[in-house]
Amino acid sequence: MKIIAAMSGGVDSAVAAARAVEAGHEVIGVHLALSSNPQKYRSGARGCCTIEDSHDARRAADVIGIPFYIWDMADEFHEGVVENFMSEYAAGRTPNPCLRCNEKIKFAAVLDRAKAMGFDGVVTGHYARTEETNEGRTLHRAIDPLKDQSYVLAVLNREQINGAIFPLGDTEKVDIRIEAEKRGLAVAQKPDSHDICFVPSGDNAGWLRDRLGSEVGPIVDQDGTKIGEHKGAYTYTIGQRKGLGLSVAAPDGSPRFVLKIEPVTNTVVVGAREDLAVSSMRGERPIFCGPVVGAAPERGFVQVRAHGAALDCTYYLDGEHLVAELDEPLLGLATGQAMVIYDGDRVVGSATICETA
Amino acid sequence: MSVYLDHAATTPMCDVAIDAMSAALSKLGNPSSLHTQGRAARKDVEDAREKIARAVHCQPSEVIFTGSGTEANNAAIKGLYWNSPKKVIVVSSIEHHAVLDPALWLVEHEGAELIQIPVTGDGVIDLDFLRALVAARSAEIALISVMHSNNETGVIQPIAEVVKIAGDIPVHSDAVQSFSKVPLSYQDLGLYSMTISGHKVGGPLGIGALILRRAVEIPALLHGGGQERDIRSGTLNAPSIVALAAAIEAQSYDAAAIEKLRIQFEEGVLRVRPDAVVNGKNAPRLPGISNITFPGTQSDSLLLLMDSEKVSCSTGAACTAGVHRPSHVLMAMGLTDVVSQSSLRFSFGATNTQADVDFALSVLPTVIERGLAANAVGKK
Repeated sequence: MKIIAAMSGGVDSAVAAARAVEAGHEVIGVHLALSSNPQKYRSGARGCCTIEDSHDARRAADVIGIPFYIWDMADEFHEGVVENFMSEYAAGRTPNPCLRCNEKIKFAAVLDRAKAMGFDGVVTGHYARTEETNEGRTLHRAIDPLKDQSYVLAVLNREQINGAIFPLGDTEKVDIRIEAEKRGLAVAQKPDSHDICFVPSGDNAGWLRDRLGSEVGPIVDQDGTKIGEHKGAYTYTIGQRKGLGLSVAAPDGSPRFVLKIEPVTNTVVVGAREDLAVSSMRGERPIFCGPVVGAAPERGFVQVRAHGAALDCTYYLDGEHLVAELDEPLLGLATGQAMVIYDGDRVVGSATICETA
Repeated sequence: MSVYLDHAATTPMCDVAIDAMSAALSKLGNPSSLHTQGRAARKDVEDAREKIARAVHCQPSEVIFTGSGTEANNAAIKGLYWNSPKKVIVVSSIEHHAVLDPALWLVEHEGAELIQIPVTGDGVIDLDFLRALVAARSAEIALISVMHSNNETGVIQPIAEVVKIAGDIPVHSDAVQSFSKVPLSYQDLGLYSMTISGHKVGGPLGIGALILRRAVEIPALLHGGGQERDIRSGTLNAPSIVALAAAIEAQSYDAAAIEKLRIQFEEGVLRVRPDAVVNGKNAPRLPGISNITFPGTQSDSLLLLMDSEKVSCSTGAACTAGVHRPSHVLMAMGLTDVVSQSSLRFSFGATNTQADVDFALSVLPTVIERGLAANAVGKK
């Protein structure tokens, strides 16, 4: 096949591209320029969009022996990921921009462009596996549980999965680095990137405050009694305990946690730990990369964070909503996060959490 | 087969230059040394200088060897500015970054005022604008710099008129693309300074020259051993200098034949894509450069697709991150940023043949179709 290798400049995408070449594909390396004003140098383990990273990607492509180009996706990224990140926070939800980037950029804008140009698919360095089954291609967890990225790929629909190749899902990260070393790739020991690539400081709250302003509002308890003030409701997350700055102690002296963020009234609601408990969740815009889920309840697992636990649940489709009922309650779950349903290691589908109870 | 149509970026070294360079590489001697080997190396360099001087119509002492055309342009723009108490720098709006950026640097760091000469829709500088500017502010202008021909469109600029209008104001011209391709006489043009480069004319990379009037002293960018009239210190790069002279003397560039290929190519493009636009088509142009807009496409997609089909061409401008950017040259000609990002440069050189033109034209229809599809997806 003729495929585009999305190369970030990191070790994973470099090895993925090399493996795709070895599998006999005709591979062309592409680095996505996602910032219209990129920084020159990488700082620590953050970000993946500096000029230094694009040079690393180019060098890897040259060593692998494939053509290399840079695609400017800065506008698409800003519109589809960065603006969404801000508006979601402003609406009191907690979005996952990596998921959004996979959905809107890597496996939409890039895949569509690649197909229009005569390519068959996109290869990336994500840790996930696909399997060919009677019901088509299915998405599965990687064998390395620490690196598994099936959660952030669960937003892909069937067509997108069919256009995707993930060559790293069967290998542990430590072995990928060894393989990169053997292949002569200079990025073999490059640190993994963490956090959000467009917030290079790592200070999400500060980044949001700079862009959304910091309007002071009340912190209230569950009775609605004001017990403090905050500087911008969107800088808080559900389940947050530290940094509330409350001087009034709870009657029983126990710590208080953020229970709810109400953007319209700019209010942060706090309460006791047990009030964080969630036993069911409801998600909108469900996406199924394998067989579509029906109204009949089925048993499986739900995961609500990128490296969170797989929680036993019963799931079903209720109209346009995907519902998961947990066997054991979960503490602290924000709307805006993705709920991903698994059947064993197979990704069933995902939805954006809009309601918890 | 693979077809190289990016000779304006760099063109293959000609055989005589490779031979001359190989021979020079095995010779020992620093041209600045006083002993036998040094004198032998010096003789080779001075022989080369005389050959180059004959070719550009200047005196041998007016040739100052540099490490690149960019260095020569920097030396000229900064040197002529620092040499003058005046603060205004006038350049054309379509200069190469090797002229534009030192001028902008002088604005930012040295208090210069930069005035850019607009161009017509065909990419020729507006002489009336320059006339009016010089009439109004000649006492303030430190230098004027207009390229001899543009690297993206190949459009040739009226340098003789610029010099006439300038009067006593020093005029520099970046002649990197024109040198060895169209008639070019430093002396007849009456220029103050001029830039040429080795790798655009069949010579090696890493050698250029600033042609600068005899007895004009400009501040050096590189200080050291005092070579090259104390304007460009650094051990003379004898093998590259010798090879550059050999390339110039060999005259491997057959302008008429190359122009014929370019015209055939443009006609062929317009046959398969009647909506294509040849930029600068009504102006005098270099024999080998063709800049073509393909409406509804994005040039970076087109370049990838052409490259996949083994045809090498250029998108023109890219920023430091390697991201394709709208060309300031095409924008100065009145194209919008979207249209200017739908353009490719094809540049023909001494090694191209009829078969190259035929091959490039044979892959073009599919490439443009796919480029249109890719762009349509992006707009979705």
